[in-house]
Order: sequence, then structure tokens, then C-alpha cells
Amino acid sequence: MKASRLINIAGKSILKNKMRTLLTMLGIIIGVGAVIVMVAIGQGAKSQIQDRINNLGTNMIVISPGASSTGGASMGAGSSNRLTLNDYDALKRDAVVLTDVSPMMTTFGQLIGGSGNWRTIVNGVSTEYATIRDWDVTSGRLFDEQDQRTMRKVALIGQTVVDNLFEGTDPVGQQIRIRNVPFEIIGVLEKKGQSTSGTDQDDIVITPYTTFKARLGQRSYIPQIVTSTASQMELAAGMREAREILRASHKLSENDPDDVTIRNQADLAAAASGTTDVMTTLLAAIASISLVVGGIGIMNIMLVSVTERTREIGIRMAVGARGRDVMRQFLVESIVMSIIGGLIGIAVGYGSAAIVEKMTGWGTAIAPQMVGISLGFSAGVGIFFGYYPARKAASLDPIQALRYE
Amino acid sequence: MNDVVIRVEGLYKIYHPDKPEEVRAINGVDLSIEKGEMVAIMGTSGSGKSSMMNVIGCLDRPSKGAYLLDGVRVDNLSKDELADIRNTKIGFVFQGFNLLARTSAVENVELPLMYDRSGRKGDTKAMAVRALEKVGLGNRLDHEPSELSGGQQQRVAIARALVTEPALILADEPTGNLDTRTSIEVMALFQELNDQGITIVMVTHEPDIAQYMKRIVEMRDGVIRRDVPVLDRRNAKADLEERDALAMAG
Repeated sequence: MKASRLINIAGKSILKNKMRTLLTMLGIIIGVGAVIVMVAIGQGAKSQIQDRINNLGTNMIVISPGASSTGGASMGAGSSNRLTLNDYDALKRDAVVLTDVSPMMTTFGQLIGGSGNWRTIVNGVSTEYATIRDWDVTSGRLFDEQDQRTMRKVALIGQTVVDNLFEGTDPVGQQIRIRNVPFEIIGVLEKKGQSTSGTDQDDIVITPYTTFKARLGQRSYIPQIVTSTASQMELAAGMREAREILRASHKLSENDPDDVTIRNQADLAAAASGTTDVMTTLLAAIASISLVVGGIGIMNIMLVSVTERTREIGIRMAVGARGRDVMRQFLVESIVMSIIGGLIGIAVGYGSAAIVEKMTGWGTAIAPQMVGISLGFSAGVGIFFGYYPARKAASLDPIQALRYE
Repeated sequence: MNDVVIRVEGLYKIYHPDKPEEVRAINGVDLSIEKGEMVAIMGTSGSGKSSMMNVIGCLDRPSKGAYLLDGVRVDNLSKDELADIRNTKIGFVFQGFNLLARTSAVENVELPLMYDRSGRKGDTKAMAVRALEKVGLGNRLDHEPSELSGGQQQRVAIARALVTEPALILADEPTGNLDTRTSIEVMALFQELNDQGITIVMVTHEPDIAQYMKRIVEMRDGVIRRDVPVLDRRNAKADLEERDALAMAG
């Protein structure tokens, strides 16, 4: 029998019992709907975390000193003091793929200014740091080449510092003392929020590294150099380039191990999204339980239907239907029912995701392939749970089926 | 020999063989029915006529013996092959009509064509309509069984049996659920079809109905007790006219 005819017959028999069909499909509708909503919430969380990581600058590469070894004993990461401003200059001079480079000097410092005092992190960076981090000011301005060259005592402060020292006033143009050195606040950094590791990225003061070095830092080495590429595609090339330039700058021979560690944010992003993937899978797995329960509902109804339609099966067999034809008919019926249920479930899932988003403010995201997956899954449920009843129908004896009252 | 539709030799149907509860429903039957015959198989319940009907209808396989239907040996076929034989060679008419509920007359008649594997293609709907016109239901095509009288339902069932142009129409107590007048109407239709050359075998226990047939095969205890032609065969159409005339007069 042709497929279109089979589907036609299945459709008719489904329509004959509208209420029962609807109740049967309800299991699949709820199952598919739940899977879609759960995955949407999971994907939403994932993309929010991704956004947060992108906030850090996804193209950012962080270079830190590697391990030094003393008499064969490794002293661990950061024990080498080999990262200096010379390396920074070498990167600035020789890099092609790396578009922006900035040293990253850092210290804790007591601030005095505005309404009191506050202890926070002070960073010394170059003008390119703002580009690398994709960071701008909400008021005032960033420092420029001239500020950097002339070692002007200018500072950018984060929102948390503003909240603690300059509540209700405009800090731009005001004086702040960092470790008793007076600086002029020239800008307020836009809010970044928490980093993925939970630190407050807005609790910060940024100054030109030249000023930092002259006024706040004493040591000749720098703890980090940050740099970035124009696009995420070039990250690997950028990391390779940084490694080559620094090996040359440190005059390492072929066999010497690297003395710096080069990492990028994309790796961190992958790790973080791995976590949310696990969460999404977990949510989907819990939701699939209802899909299985829905499938059992279909099986139940199909079994009832086979018993109820024993005579119909007998008639069909008497006029020439083979067992296979009967089996196919019932199988198609349960598949059609579960696919229609799946389609409604997808609509319900979309609707519920929108409601969840509106009510909780969580971001939700429905990947288009989820629609295909859920449809395939509900068809699978139809086949799996429709098989046994269909077999039962196919194995009926036509004589007994015809006599069935 | 080509004119022999049914040829049965040494036929046995034994349930629970070699056990104490062994039942020999058919206990050695030879029977030959030629094309154009109109045969009633009669007998009380337990006589073996239902088992005979099932075997002849290819719904069941005999335990022993040979069965040639329309020149084809069918006693040793598989379930699927039997289904194909039923589809192409036999048209069934049942006591309880056995139409699909909530399905229009045309779709009911179309049903056997849906399972046709012989490759005879064509407009199945047009074929179904023609069969319904043949039984006088050309104006009831889209009616469902619940909207039809018993006689009309049985006509739909007869149209369904006719639609595949089978070698044999096999009717199992076709008038059992009908009142006398409708029974005669249905018999008139069967006689009309038989006049067109269609072979009809009917299982019945009503002697009145058997009088409309051409030959009576009577079974008892699994064997044929009597196989006789009907001498004073009744004409259903004439009987109907007579009844109408009597009703007018009364």
C-alpha cells in the first residue's frame, strides 16, 4: 500500500476519536514541550555565560611568566621573572597578527579621595588595553598616547570605586590619592560586572603603565602582558607569534623550554560552556522522562485500540490485508499521533520558553536543530511504543478477529 | 477443467490432533463446484459447515487434503499468499455485514482494492462506484453504515465482494440478520449476479433461503450427507412481486 494512503487511513482513524487522540497526544505534547523549555533555559544560561566571557574580550591572549627552575626543581608558574618591558617592546615592534599589546602591572593600593578611603586593585596598562578588553568610559575620557608618554598622573576608575568614594557626585576631574600619590580622575569605566571567577571587575583603578612604573611600581619585571588579535580565527596564529617573538627576545635556543605561559580566553570560554552543556543535558534528560511516560500512554491507547478494532482488523484481513499491512497501519497511526503531538509540543515549548523568559528574566534560546531533534525523537517514541501493539494486531487470526464481539 | 472453481479432495480439518479432545470438524470431504454454480452449504451447528467455509475462503488451512481454487493449489500456501488469494479470487459477504464503521460506502467498497498487490491499477474510486451502482446503491455513495438499513448495508458488503471481480463470492449466512422481505431482496441480488455468471457459495441453515440456490450440499459430522440440485428453485424477484401484490390486495 502506498505511504500516502497509509497516512490517510491513519489520519482518519485518529480523527474518529478526537478526545482520546488528544489525551494520548497530551503525553507527547508535555514531553516535547518540557524538553524544549528545559533545553531553551540551558542554552539561554550558556549564551549568557558566553556573553560574560566575551565581555573579557574573546580575542585576548594573556602572557604570563613561566616556571623557573633552580637546580632541576621547578618553582612553578610565575616563578620566572623573565617578562619585562623589553618583551612588551619586542611584541609591539615585531607582531603582525597581534594587533594590540599592553603590559599589565598590578598592585593593591589604598585610595583616598571623595568621601573616604578604599582599598582596591590598581593596574598599569597601555592605551591599547581598552581595545583589548573592549572597554570604554561612561563619562570623561580614556588616557591617550600623550598621557602615557609624559607619565601624567591620570586614573580611570571603575563603577564600584565610584559607588564607594564618589556616591552621588561626578568623579571626573576630581583628585584621588593612590598610595598617597595624587592622581586626577579623567574617566569612569563602563560597568563590566562579575568575572567568571566571581571577582568584581568594576572594583579597579587603571593608570598608564609609565606612570604606574614611575610612581607605584618598584620592580623591573611585569607580571603579565595582554594582547589580542583582530578576530577569534587568528587566536592560534597570534599565540604562535607571541611565543616566537618572546623566545627570540629571551634568546632561547631550540631545545630550551618555553619560559612564558600563553593562554587565551577562548579556552576558558570552552570550559565554561562545557559546564552549561552538562547542565542542559541534565535538564533535557529529566524532561525526557515525561516523553517516555507519554510514549507509554501511546502504547496503552494503541493496545486498547487494537482490542477495540479487532473486528476491523478481521475485515481488513478477510479482504486481503497481510499481517504486514495491518502492522504498518497501526505503526503509522502511532507515529502520526506522536509527530502531531511533537509539533504541538514544539509550539507549547516555544510559548512556555517565552513565558519563562518574561516571568523570570532568564534568557532562553531555542536552537533550530532542537525542533528537528524533538520531532525525530517523538517519531522514535511512536515507533518504539507503537511496535508492540501493531505486532499484536498483525498476529491476529482473521477467523477469530471476524467473530470478535 | 478450467470451469471448475472449487475442487476439494480428501479434505480434513482436525483440531487438537492426537489428543483426547480431538475434533474432526471436516472428516474427509470431496467437493467440486463449477463456474456459474450457486451452491448452498447447509447443516446444523457442529456439522462442519463453518470450518468448510473457512477453508474454502482461504481464511484457514486444511489439516489434510488438496484444495484447488480457480485452478490454483491453495492448501499449502503461506499466510501472506492466502491473503493475496482472498484479495484477488474471493469476495466475502458476512452475516453481520462487517463494514468499517464511520467509513463511507465508497470507501468500504474500495477497501479490497487498497490491498491489491496484483498490479491491476486504475481508478479505485470509480471501480467502487461502479460496484455500488451494480447493487443499486448509486445514490448512497457517501452514506456511512449507520445511515443505511440492514439490507442496504448488506448490499454495500456485496459490492465490496464484487469490486475485485473475484472467481467466487462466498457468503456466510448473509440473510441471518435481515427480515424476510429484505432477505428475499438480497437473494434477488445474488440471483441476478449469478445470472451474470458469478459463482456463489453460501453457508446457511435456513431451508427457505436455500431454495433460491441451484444446488444444496448438506453436511453433518464433518462429512457431506447430501449433495442435490434444487428441483423447484424459487425466483426471488417473482416472490417479491407476489408479496407486493398480496400487500396491495390486503
